[in-house]
Amino acid sequence: MKDVSTLTIIGGVNKEGIPENIKSIEFNKGEIIGIVGPTGSGKSTLIDDIEQLARGDTASRRHILINGEVPDVAIRVDPRLKLVAQLSQKMHFLADMTVEDFLSMHARSRGKNPKLVHRVLELANTLTGEPIALHQQLTALSGGQSRSLMTADIAIISDSPIVLIDEIENAGIRKQEALELLACEGKIVIVVTHDPVLALMATRRIVMKNGGMIDVITTTLHEQQLCYKIAEVDNWLLSLREIIRRGDLVEGTV
Amino acid sequence: MKLVVLAGTPGSGKTSVLLHTIKALLSLGNNPTVVKIDCLWTEDDQRFKKLGIPVRVGLAKDMCPDHFTIYNTEDMLKWAESEGSDMLLNETAGLCLRCAPYPDGCLAVCVIDVTAGPNTPLKVGPLLTTADIVVMTKGDVVSQAEREVFRERVLDVNPTCSIVEANGLTGKGSFELAELIRVFPDISIEMKLRYNPPLAICSLCTGEMRVARKYHMGVLRNLDGFMEYRGE
Ligand SMILES: Nc1nc2c(ncn2[C@@H]2O[C@H](COP(=O)(O)OP(=O)(O)OP(=O)(O)O)[C@@H](O)[C@H]2O)c(=O)[nH]1
Ligand SMILES: Nc1ncnc2c1ncn2[C@@H]1O[C@H](COP(=O)(O)OP(=O)(O)OP(=O)(O)O)[C@@H](O)[C@H]1O
Ligand SMILES: [Mg+2]
Ligand SMILES: [Mg+2]
Repeated sequence: MKDVSTLTIIGGVNKEGIPENIKSIEFNKGEIIGIVGPTGSGKSTLIDDIEQLARGDTASRRHILINGEVPDVAIRVDPRLKLVAQLSQKMHFLADMTVEDFLSMHARSRGKNPKLVHRVLELANTLTGEPIALHQQLTALSGGQSRSLMTADIAIISDSPIVLIDEIENAGIRKQEALELLACEGKIVIVVTHDPVLALMATRRIVMKNGGMIDVITTTLHEQQLCYKIAEVDNWLLSLREIIRRGDLVEGTV
Repeated sequence: MKLVVLAGTPGSGKTSVLLHTIKALLSLGNNPTVVKIDCLWTEDDQRFKKLGIPVRVGLAKDMCPDHFTIYNTEDMLKWAESEGSDMLLNETAGLCLRCAPYPDGCLAVCVIDVTAGPNTPLKVGPLLTTADIVVMTKGDVVSQAEREVFRERVLDVNPTCSIVEANGLTGKGSFELAELIRVFPDISIEMKLRYNPPLAICSLCTGEMRVARKYHMGVLRNLDGFMEYRGE
């Protein structure tokens, strides 16, 4: 697979057709980048542009460069050469297939060994509450099960140098574990998030408004320190959530 | 003159994709004309007319829409020429998945909707398998993995096609399709179909309404797949 050392977004226009504040921004291998902004501000649209390696042909008119160059057409379309893996905001599968058929077909489309299916399933089941079975229909999976399977599928089958993640915190799955699975070393990871821990884990975050990139904030040292504290609180809340889920009493555990 | 035949299941996004592609073609200096063929009713012509290009509608009524398209291809081309056009874009009704209304000299484009699920490419038949370009629409509704699986299925049944991932709402893919149309050669004088239309000629084709088997004649196939000729 091609080595990706930088990814560049050349700014386009916002929803009003007015040029974005951010004219160009470059990300390096190993970075985690956050995308923040109110609902409807164009966060998903921005990562869709990256997934498609836009070349002025989307509503935002943005351009995406890899290693400073316009990427080859084949890299944009052929899953065997693709440089981007995307976990979208979708909570459900529409494909009328069993889990096994789907995963092995996906492995084939990415030029990977179909035997990976078992590893994907195993991993997905570490993220979800009720286990998924290979013979189940994809469309019958719950939202959280679908999201776990999508996450495991991306970590193992779509394993790519650029990883795009859209609001993993809303999936009802273990978000930090999921992020660790997807954001292995040496990748460029872009996370759309409203979650303070995830946002502060990023080295920089792009602020979206009205369809445009309006600002880039570099996470300060103080924010990084705060991130540890917030993570402690967050883990505590998560453990309470687990207790509630199990159907136990919170009383006495606090 | 170029001929582009755009086929695909109803509602797959043919008109939406074509509208964006026409805009791209106009901006590149081409003069496209459009003929929409449908069975009973369409308002696609109103959508095309907004772009200010010559548009015609053909309704096949009780004739098979693909047969109707083939039978009228010469007339459509003559009309396009009289309008001073350099390319005729023909949007078909695309209902019967047994036929494929593509002549050999045309650019055959099959528009297919990924939300219909990855088994769809196996069901669509010659419409898909004999196409030069397969346009996958509505990718915005499914995950990346589902798009990739769908694409693999398309290549299973048509390994030599070019695939364009398009979006009928945003216009994604329309410049790519416009470029593929522009580099495609003009039609030759004598065109032949790529795929033979259905064999069966039977009494139903000539207006028989009664169901009982004894009333039927012609080349007919039984439930078990056995084909026979019944008649004089
Ligand atoms: N989400 C989504 N919707 C789309 C896309 N392309 C088309 N649509 C919608 O799908 C519906 C049908 O689109 P048309 O372009 O009319 O489809 P068609 O194939 O021309 O339909 P007929 O001519 O009636 O067979 C419309 O509501 C479109 O807005 C797409 O890429 N994504
Ligand atoms: N630059 C742009 N130009 C034109 N339209 C845009 C642009 N950016 C976003 N949009 C449109 O705005 C709408 C909302 O965008 P999007 O879904 O990306 O928001 P979001 O920030 O992901 O929202 P949520 O937090 O609810 O997921 C979409 O219909 C999208 O097509
Ligand atoms: Mg979103
Ligand atoms: Mg139409």
